[in-house]
Amino acid sequence: MLSRTASHLFWMARYIERAENTARVLDVTHRTALLSNDREEAETNVWHAPLNINGCTETYLAKYQMIKKEYVTRFIAYDPDNFSSIYTSLMLARENARSVRGAITSEMWESINATWLEINRMMSSTGSEAQTCFFDWVKERSHLFRGVTLGTMLKDDALNFIRLGTFLERADNTARILDVKYHILLPSVKDVGGAADYYQWGALLNSVSAFEAYRKIYRDVITPQRVAELLILRADMPRSLHACLNEVETTLEMINGISGREARRRAGALHASLHFEHKENIFKKGLHEYLTEFLEKTDDLSREIHTGYLARRDEIAASAAPQRTFAQVQ
Amino acid sequence: MENAKHKPSSSIAFNEMLTETGAVRDHYRDIAAQLFALPMEDLSQKQREAEILFRRMGITFAVYGEAAGTERLIPFDIVPRVFCAAEWERLKQGLLQRVHALNAFLHDIYHEQHIIQAGIIPAHQILKNKLYRPEMQGVNLPNKIYAHIAGIDLVRISENDFYVLEDNLRTPSGVSYMLENRKTMMRLFPDLFSDNAVAPVEHYPLMLLDSLRESAPVDCSDPVIVVMTPGPYNSAYFEHAFLASQMGVELVEGKDLFVHEHKVYMHTTEGPQRIDVIYRRVDDDFLDPTVFRPDSGLGVPGLVDAYRHGNVSLANAIGTGVADDKSTYTYVPDMISFYLDETPILSNVPTWHLDKQEDMAYVLAHLSELVVKEAQGSGGYGMLIGPTSTQREIAAYRQRILAAPENFIAQPTLALSTCPTLVEAGIAPRHVDLRPFVLSGKEIRLMPGGLTRVALIENSLIVNSSQGGGTKDTWVLED
Repeated sequence: MLSRTASHLFWMARYIERAENTARVLDVTHRTALLSNDREEAETNVWHAPLNINGCTETYLAKYQMIKKEYVTRFIAYDPDNFSSIYTSLMLARENARSVRGAITSEMWESINATWLEINRMMSSTGSEAQTCFFDWVKERSHLFRGVTLGTMLKDDALNFIRLGTFLERADNTARILDVKYHILLPSVKDVGGAADYYQWGALLNSVSAFEAYRKIYRDVITPQRVAELLILRADMPRSLHACLNEVETTLEMINGISGREARRRAGALHASLHFEHKENIFKKGLHEYLTEFLEKTDDLSREIHTGYLARRDEIAASAAPQRTFAQVQ
Repeated sequence: MENAKHKPSSSIAFNEMLTETGAVRDHYRDIAAQLFALPMEDLSQKQREAEILFRRMGITFAVYGEAAGTERLIPFDIVPRVFCAAEWERLKQGLLQRVHALNAFLHDIYHEQHIIQAGIIPAHQILKNKLYRPEMQGVNLPNKIYAHIAGIDLVRISENDFYVLEDNLRTPSGVSYMLENRKTMMRLFPDLFSDNAVAPVEHYPLMLLDSLRESAPVDCSDPVIVVMTPGPYNSAYFEHAFLASQMGVELVEGKDLFVHEHKVYMHTTEGPQRIDVIYRRVDDDFLDPTVFRPDSGLGVPGLVDAYRHGNVSLANAIGTGVADDKSTYTYVPDMISFYLDETPILSNVPTWHLDKQEDMAYVLAHLSELVVKEAQGSGGYGMLIGPTSTQREIAAYRQRILAAPENFIAQPTLALSTCPTLVEAGIAPRHVDLRPFVLSGKEIRLMPGGLTRVALIENSLIVNSSQGGGTKDTWVLED
């Protein structure tokens, strides 16, 4: 498959997944903010979190100067100037899809194009007040697109690169969502393990559609250790880091050719570390520290995938002996 | 010639649906009975549905001069244009004959140039032409085919008279609209298709693929074929992507390709892969910065070299522009008699060349009756339509002509035929033209249909989508 095509497919999937998870982050923030009795505190403390997670605090403050629910929501949901907004993600997903229309099915294109037209219609008709129904809509469109993809695409490398993008982005995003708790401080130390803490973890579980799974598996009160175990280590939890890396590793195995050896090695190592990790170790290290390290490793993996498959040869090493490369094809 | 000099008016132009007495022609009977029997609200509703379908499918085109990436919808008219089998058969013979002769001409001028030696076309017309590519001299192409895909623009001015307006032999576009228009019509009016034997056009991509396969370098049994596009911001990008996906081949940009030891490869996830046939939708000028425009970022360095070595086929060939140039156009009837020894079936529009003294005098004296075009222009830009222009526009255009007469040609204002079209006030006749597509590989093939463009504005003769034109589904009825 053409490297550029693979790259567009990979990023198309990533941006769709990113839009969905950004909606999830906003959703959990809204839910958490509702739980806080102290409104002013909620504004400044809780609403900092989604900005930190998306790494866009600076651009936000340059535009709005103060943290306010409406502003943050608008900035993260709709703002075309915000590189990580839902709007921008959907736009980039469509741009990537448009560049490889020949490589995706017409149903996929219609789905992604309709999403783009719809969000533009929403922006012009409803102003920019993002509501829970908007987050649900984004999630639904992402579910729909994934369903259309699996239901209509030939199972070849094109699909593999799409899945690779989806699960790599999801791993990254779940780690970030889990890290929300680090960014949202509890009103005071004595609240740790108290009602507020409990509800915050509950909201977080809800945002990644894991609340029911938690109930089913643990049938007990919500504790941070269990939440972390569920979202990091459980392979049967569809949005957990372990589950995502499972998919990434097996997908990499399926891709034809031998150019991605280093990417495979890294994916294998990262997968193994999740597979054999003790949940106690995570908290010993510190959840935030653990997640930060994980994000760095996914970044490295993403770079290796780029070098191995997506970049043109001349972008990587103009000096590489051409004869050797040619031997691989014939 | 008499017909050609009619004033452009809907009442004088040939009406493809109605006879002079107002009776509906046989092949339009079902449409008149079923489609026009619907109340206006229903028709408008269908028109809106069509628009939604097109927008959802993302069938858009970019307009040059508007902000980068601006996408517009090409207006679609829900009333199909219909040809009966006999009408089409005649057109078909004419088109195959013409394309045959044009390919023979291209082979000749890039080899022995018999037609120049015979004194039929002056040498300077070819050799001094900007679109003549000396790089192609003596290069042998598979099947001696240069224009693998030809889009011949036709207008109809009476029951039996079709004029060729233009031969598009470089990168003719529009075929995706032909296909999507059909798909949309079938979604909107399935009944019309069950009652009429409309010749299918849906297999065009397969026929294109066959033609490209047949055009592969001779020693190549299972060719790797790609479609090459300038990129997503090109006005016809939708079509490039559409054809690539319909044929199941890769859509590449210049930067995806490279040349090594006179062979062309593409960068893939499994390493470089050899390419045998490129259906390129990039103009000659931008194909290879080492041979043509050095500033081109769209091309592939070394591509022309690989091509001249016979290691890759390009469709269309380099240098076809010399045959579809508006000043070469005049000689096409002569080509037909010279190469095929046949009488031309389709007529040329009488054309005045402003580099000839006597033509120039006539044209300047009759500007208000004529259509004047740039010899190498396209897309309906930079034309003067005398009868619909103001005195000031004519005066300004006269200055342009005087500055460089050799760049212009003039033709009589033709009364383009009309077809029933849905407009705000209801169904009304609007002027149309036709672009059928002819494919050449080992054999030559014509799709039964084509792209009908319609001037949606009353009395307008400009059908270009960039200038307010729309499209229609084009039906060829089978016996």
